[in-house]
Amino acid sequence: MSAEQDQILDQVTSNDYKYGFYTDIEVDALPKGLNEDIIRMISEKKSEPEFMLEFRLKAYRHWKTMKMPNWAHLKLPEINYQDIIYYAAPKQRATYNGLEEVDPELLATFEKLGIPLEEQKHLSGVAVDAVMDSVSVKTTFRETLAELGIIFCSFSEAVQEHPDLVKKYMGSVVPYTDNYFAALNSAVFSDGSFCYIPKGVRCPMELSTYFRINAFNTGQFERTLIIADDDSYVSYLEGCTAPQRDENRLHAAIVEIINHDNAEVKYSTVQNWYPGNKEGKGGIFNFVTKRGICKGDNSKISWTQVETGSAITWKYPSCILKGENTIGEFYSVAVTNNHQQADTGTKMIHIGKNSRSTIISKGISAGFGQNSYRGLVKVLKNADNARNFTQCDSLLLGDQCGAHTFPYLEIDNESAIIEHEATTSKIGEDQIFYCNQRGINTENAIGLIINGYAKEVLNKLPMEFAVEAQKLLQISLEGSVG
Amino acid sequence: MLEIKNLHVAIDGKEILKGIDLSVKPGEVHAIMGPNGSGKSTLAAILAGRNTFEVTKGSVKYLNENLLDLAPEDRARKGIFLGFQYPVEIPGVSMVNFMKTAINEQRKFNNLEPLSASDFLKLMREKKEIVEITSSLTNRSVNEGFSGGEKKKNEIFQMAILEPRLAILDETDSGLDIDALRIVANGVNKLKNKDNATIIITHYQRLLEHIIPDFVHVLYKGKIVRSSSKELALELEEKGYEWLKD
Ligand SMILES: Nc1ncnc2c1ncn2[C@@H]1O[C@H](COP(=O)(O)OP(=O)(O)OP(=O)(O)O)[C@@H](O)[C@H]1O
Ligand SMILES: [Mg+2]
Repeated sequence: MSAEQDQILDQVTSNDYKYGFYTDIEVDALPKGLNEDIIRMISEKKSEPEFMLEFRLKAYRHWKTMKMPNWAHLKLPEINYQDIIYYAAPKQRATYNGLEEVDPELLATFEKLGIPLEEQKHLSGVAVDAVMDSVSVKTTFRETLAELGIIFCSFSEAVQEHPDLVKKYMGSVVPYTDNYFAALNSAVFSDGSFCYIPKGVRCPMELSTYFRINAFNTGQFERTLIIADDDSYVSYLEGCTAPQRDENRLHAAIVEIINHDNAEVKYSTVQNWYPGNKEGKGGIFNFVTKRGICKGDNSKISWTQVETGSAITWKYPSCILKGENTIGEFYSVAVTNNHQQADTGTKMIHIGKNSRSTIISKGISAGFGQNSYRGLVKVLKNADNARNFTQCDSLLLGDQCGAHTFPYLEIDNESAIIEHEATTSKIGEDQIFYCNQRGINTENAIGLIINGYAKEVLNKLPMEFAVEAQKLLQISLEGSVG
Repeated sequence: MLEIKNLHVAIDGKEILKGIDLSVKPGEVHAIMGPNGSGKSTLAAILAGRNTFEVTKGSVKYLNENLLDLAPEDRARKGIFLGFQYPVEIPGVSMVNFMKTAINEQRKFNNLEPLSASDFLKLMREKKEIVEITSSLTNRSVNEGFSGGEKKKNEIFQMAILEPRLAILDETDSGLDIDALRIVANGVNKLKNKDNATIIITHYQRLLEHIIPDFVHVLYKGKIVRSSSKELALELEEKGYEWLKD
């Protein structure tokens, strides 16, 4: 590539984070640090039943025996776990009857993010459970959902109102022993979302939660639990942005999905947390454990993710295909720009007969970004006729960035059919010039090509999310071309 | 409309165009012929704004502006169209999306409202007829997996949609079968009017039987060594380029 072309690519890909701002809302926070007392305080502040405290303490004690993992392709700075505030709640935490009662600052924040609650409510038919700093501030559409017997609320509320369900399913897919960050989350998680779809119910609207990290120096530990009973269906959306701050911040979330017979859950994510500045300073560390189990026969879990933010992303939304004829899907677009690092992929564990899985992963690297796909396809002894198709593509913009692919196969049943395809491509100078010659500037040309490249994944997103995601891809890769 | 004066162009210090003079007026058709490697595509690329080449001397005026100062996309929006000798594949980007973006960029530049989806589809349909291109092509990604001839037809299709003031067709006739050649030539002729001009780069005089040029130029080792009427093409076909050496 010519020097000038490099320069254009550089300009195009060196756009500053557009959602960098900080909302000034009073915060009620515990002191920094982590010990059993802090955990007791968290549990107490949330008036949790005894079983929750026990769960947290067991997780904490286990975590203390564990070591921070060491990954080959991520450069991790030291994290001081005693320098983190593990609980913060906005002070005004009354329940509101209408938007008029909500702190205008908070509403303005949502406005800036382009997710005004009113519009969400009126236009899109999306029920929004907006989580800001660990405590659920606003929940909408609850009544409509309640009529169908659907429970959609914050995790804390579920603990109070549906302790039996929480007790039965929490930690059943991601036990606290699973990994370092899962243990940490299980010890200190502050809030999150809970969703139960009863037998035979198709949830008529997309359920969505906007997470947001806000308070000063506060780690965010979300926990989501989705239970889909027999013959039910739900599409769940999660999207996030974070204000620009100069300090690295830790995010360790857990998502668990349990599918019973014939149930289907679609889980879509658009992740846009602060990635750090152009020099690689600041940014969120995003260590997420997402896993679903297709427990019942003929059930299906579909993960779709668009990852554009965070300084470091480490996540592998996975499916345990336990029932017969179960289906697991993973569709992912991950962008790393400037000094971002992403290590993402999936695990498909085939246990049931005739279980099928599809993996489509699209990595985009620009600047000095490092993008790794890591995927495991495991077929157990009894999983007759298991099938997997994996397609894993990497797109490079410029020549300072990197793309890596690590497919792992563990096949214990000879009838399995496993297909793997991988490609690496670059946006060529000649492609950009061809677009230029038709009147399309370099910035838009890259946008066109990127969106074309990621189309297969974007198409899996619900309509309104797809548009947002497309914009995000463009924003995270484009800037002002002179 | 186009005024090239003493144009010198180099790549990596090697001079490829060594003093080109060419004047094109509205309504004219110019043919440029010349042996392989003589610099025809280089000239086309320089006019379109490709930055891999360096202009070391000379000037180019287009519609009374200094063309060399304009970004390639602005040249396109001002009506310069290059039919590529080797059209580029852009996987994942549909022809429809590509052309819609292109035409709306042009319209925005000219302070026009973007075309609505239905108006755009109507335009596509109209232009598809001119170049007898099928939906099976226009429904695919830009040039992806197109045959050589299909790519060339697709260039003319794009030209038909964008309606350029100055079209530069770089060997659009190469690799076309007899029917396709006629279709492409018809396309070009239909789009011709008194306000636009066409520069046709070709090796074969058979295209010039369909599109009658006002001038034929011979580019030889980076220079135009002969400019004449259309009969020159016939003579070249008969005698080759050797006789023009001095
Ligand atoms: N990127 C490049 N690097 C080095 N030399 C180049 C480059 N591009 C073109 N050239 C050289 O410039 C000269 C002119 O090439 P050009 O493509 O303009 O020829 P042409 O007249 O179009 O030939 P043809 O009839 O084969 O299409 C050739 O000698 C070619 O090798
Ligand atoms: Mg050529």
